[in-house]
Amino acid sequence: MEMKKHDTSVVLSGVKLDNPVIPASGCFGFGYGMTEFYDINILGSFSFKGTTRDPRFGNPLPRVAECAAGMINSVGLQNPGIDKVISEELPKMRKVYHKPVIANISGFSIDEYVECCEKIDGEEQVAIIELNVSCPNVHGGGMSFGTCCESVAEVVKEVKKVITKPLYVKLTPNVTDIVSIARAAVEAGSDGLCLINTMLGMRIDTRTRRPVIANVMGGFSGPAVFPVAVRMVYQVSKATGVPVMGCGGVQSASDVIEMMMAGATGVQVGAANLRDPYACKNIIEDLPAEMDRLGISSLSEIIGACK
Amino acid sequence: MLFDVLSNIRVAPRTWRMVLEGDTEAFSAPGQFVNIAVDGKFLRRPISVCDYEEGKMTLLYDVVGEGTRWLSQRAGGDRLDLLVGLGNGFDTEVSCDAPALLGGGIGVAPLLNLARCLVAAGKSPVAVLGFNKGEDVVLVEELSALGVPVYVSTVDGSRGSKGFVTDALRENNLNPDYFYACGPLPMLKALCALPIPGQLSLDERMACGFGVCMCCSLETVNGPKRICKEGPVFKKEELIWK
Repeated sequence: MEMKKHDTSVVLSGVKLDNPVIPASGCFGFGYGMTEFYDINILGSFSFKGTTRDPRFGNPLPRVAECAAGMINSVGLQNPGIDKVISEELPKMRKVYHKPVIANISGFSIDEYVECCEKIDGEEQVAIIELNVSCPNVHGGGMSFGTCCESVAEVVKEVKKVITKPLYVKLTPNVTDIVSIARAAVEAGSDGLCLINTMLGMRIDTRTRRPVIANVMGGFSGPAVFPVAVRMVYQVSKATGVPVMGCGGVQSASDVIEMMMAGATGVQVGAANLRDPYACKNIIEDLPAEMDRLGISSLSEIIGACK
Repeated sequence: MLFDVLSNIRVAPRTWRMVLEGDTEAFSAPGQFVNIAVDGKFLRRPISVCDYEEGKMTLLYDVVGEGTRWLSQRAGGDRLDLLVGLGNGFDTEVSCDAPALLGGGIGVAPLLNLARCLVAAGKSPVAVLGFNKGEDVVLVEELSALGVPVYVSTVDGSRGSKGFVTDALRENNLNPDYFYACGPLPMLKALCALPIPGQLSLDERMACGFGVCMCCSLETVNGPKRICKEGPVFKKEELIWK
């Protein structure tokens, strides 16, 4: 039998993906809005729009600011709420996407995380639950769940009690020591990790002397954050040993391979989709040539290859 | 999608007209927009389409920052990367026989193709265009060439009626039964106070321009809508003014 020349497949907690390329949550909606550009079934998987218990309109406008090599957004988790996501969005998604998906769940209390994760766990197409712990904890003085080892551990423990699918905590980089937060998540039962979420940033309109973003601050993303993401993926995957989805500033096949060498099994692509809706398609198509150039026959062999 | 710049000329102190050659099949209505990749900037620049025909499109845009300044420095022979056919444009079927086309500043841009479509449908639109100064006035000749009567207002009174579009409407005894509008928010708000129905095109900072990032969401009476996707044109009765 002829050996497949380019094996791009990877396995995330038992979930086999044809390739590691995964559009990041918030940059791909529920997938069906992207089918006018290409057949999204070429993707390894995708992480759908961050979902909360209640419908949220999100933050006031403007929600976006331009930066050198990136952008700041402060959408504020606009979504129709878990029940409508299940009854309206996922059926539309199923029609156009036939592979396992990643459910991105957010919450403002432990109860909310638990309720949403339990509901989404019952959805057949959801293969992995990605927990966004960057939202403020309304019962914890408004501090983000993801900035404190104890609160991360608590939310993971409670969610794990009610789900059957693998859990990946999506870590915020806005912490003093991401490794200790990662360890706390894994010790509490997180099957894998996703990092990094956006970095807190701000722009000022110097003409009006006011913040560009109505919510003052927002999440900085784009190619500028790629080196930070590579560094954190490297540190966290070495320290924890669990599978990692690397995320942050990825925009080329070469970036995907670098992120995997840092320790990522899956590689999420976020802001790049917003500038170029064909970004993930181009990356997937460029992967074989990039593998040839580097003498790689199987992508899964390079995970964590950087010592 | 790649487009070739045919021409790019300054038509007012801060306004340029760019003519592009490329595939315009994706356009279905006046009032849609394109999102243009700009060198050295991460986000594209959403620009309203002023006019289009098969294989050719005209953009009218103000230079307001570094992105549009870069755009103004393009010349014939340059090639641009555009996302085209974005958004929902004006509905030309619902209006009466003589709707008013109301534009403020660079918001006049989409009114040219809109006028062309209305005239082709046998309607007789009237245009009222508002600017800050006489030197800013654009599009009067192009609209007149379609047989559309054009009235002008300027804030400094240097051309046409002194004041805003609403002042020009009053001064010229124009009492349209329906309006199409594009311009700054205070103007749109004032027009919505008029006792006539209409459609308005909104401008907002955008990221993707094709509906996935939720950066340009608007609360409407029918729930949240994306200005880039369900808009940029909305019916007057959909909008909530705070």
